[in-house]
Parts: sequence; structure tokens; C-alpha cells
Amino acid sequence: MDLFLQITAAIAMGLMLIYLWPAYKHWQNNSPKAQQGDWLAALLPLGAVVVLVIFLIMAVR
Amino acid sequence: MSTDSFLLKSAESRAVSANKVLKNTYLLLAATLGFSAFTALLSVALAMPSWTYLAAVIVSMILGIFVLPKTANSAAGVGVIFVITGLLGFGLGAILTQYLALPNGGETIGLAFGGTAAIFLGLSGYALTSKRDFSFMGGFLFAGMMVVMIAAIANIFLHLPLLSLVISSAIILLMSGFILMDTARIARGEETNYIMATYGIYLSIFNIFISLLQILGIMGGDD
Repeated sequence: MDLFLQITAAIAMGLMLIYLWPAYKHWQNNSPKAQQGDWLAALLPLGAVVVLVIFLIMAVR
Repeated sequence: MSTDSFLLKSAESRAVSANKVLKNTYLLLAATLGFSAFTALLSVALAMPSWTYLAAVIVSMILGIFVLPKTANSAAGVGVIFVITGLLGFGLGAILTQYLALPNGGETIGLAFGGTAAIFLGLSGYALTSKRDFSFMGGFLFAGMMVVMIAAIANIFLHLPLLSLVISSAIILLMSGFILMDTARIARGEETNYIMATYGIYLSIFNIFISLLQILGIMGGDD
């Protein structure tokens, strides 16, 4: 039963991968180029997310 | 002069339309999250087995891929998104049942819930106030998703806790990026369908919650 669930999950994720492929190709070809300061503006909130997750891990330990 | 007036009116109507999509998206998001919480509680009360999660994810994935895009422009789309989010909530309940059986399981769930809410509210507020276009991250985010999914498929059979931790951490960062990008796209009027917009943001929140739960579950363990 456990192996059956693992195979089912792997097949489902494999199909999801196939489904996402066109979206991946689309965004690779059509993503607008980042302007100056764009990556910094994105990395600041993502850094805050990392800090929050570390804080939550410390809270649970 | 008349061209200027036309451009001004066009920009104004676009901004009004974007605000309407944003308002409808957040209303539908709140309703679907509430409905998910209800079905999750129902699932916990019924003590559903863990395979329920996999079954719910597969069925909702099929609905999300094949049914939702076809109904998203009609009222039926609202019903379909409630079915999808209700199913995901029901599946989530089976996972929560397992966590509740652990010592400090309730605390872990509470922290994961609070963390997810803080991440979503913080990122949405940032995307709305900065008014930046985060679409440049699209290629990077989708490439990251492909790599993470390949690693996740491998880890279904490998069962490596460290890889599991890395995958969950990567999912949180990628989904955070998707929240920034999706919210900015709605605010800038690039996403005009509030049902599809809700679906995208809901999936990001759901994945952040599940990944955070997994990280806190692994890191909070005694061993």
C-alpha cells in the first residue's frame, strides 16, 4: 500500500511537471528583463521571509 | 489634446478595473480560505487517514488543470474554486490530524499558521505599496519550480530528511516570489480574471503553510 501511494504521488508530480513545462518555456522566453534595483526590491522581502522562518524555527525548538 | 484626454481616461479605467479585480480576488480568497478551514476541521473531526491528502491533491490538481480554466469566465468558476479549495482543506485536515497526535503538535500548527499569515500579508502589502513589476522573476520562479519538483519526486523514494528540509525551504521562497509577482500583476491590471488570480494566490498560501509545517515539524523534533 505504501509503495502504491509513493508511485501514485510520483506519477502525479511527474504529470504536474509535464503540465508546467509550457508555462516554464513561456516565462523563459517572455519574462521582461529586470531593471536596475528590481532584484534588490525583490530580495528584500524574501530576506525578511527567511528571517521570519528562522525565528519560527527558534520558537519551536 | 484629445489624445491626451483619451490616454488619461484609458489609464483611469484600467486602474479602476485593476482595483475591482484586486477587491474581488481578496474577497474570494478570504471566502475560500474560510471554507478550507471548515473542511480541514471536518477532516480532523472525522480523523481521516493520511492518504486522503494525496487523493485530495490529485483530484484538485485535475480540476485546477482541466476544469477551472474552462469555467473561470463564468459563475460556475466560483463553484469550481470552492470545490478545489474545499478538497485541499479536507486533505490538509488529514495531515493536521497526524501533527495533532505529536507532542507540541498544536503549537507547531499555530506557528505555521501565524507564519503563513505574516508572510502573505507582508508580501502582499509590499507588492501593493511598492507598485513595482515583479514579472521579471517569472523565468527564475518557474525554473526553480521545475528543479524543486524533480527533487521532490526523487525524495518520495529516497526519504532524506535533509533534502526534505531543503525542498520545503525552497518552496517557501518560490511561493513567496509567486505572491509578489501575482499580486503586482493584479495591481497593475495585467491579471483580469479574479478567479484565476485567487487560485494562484491560494496555491501559494497553501504550499507555504504545508512547507512551514514540515520544516517546523522536522526542526521541532527531539532527535
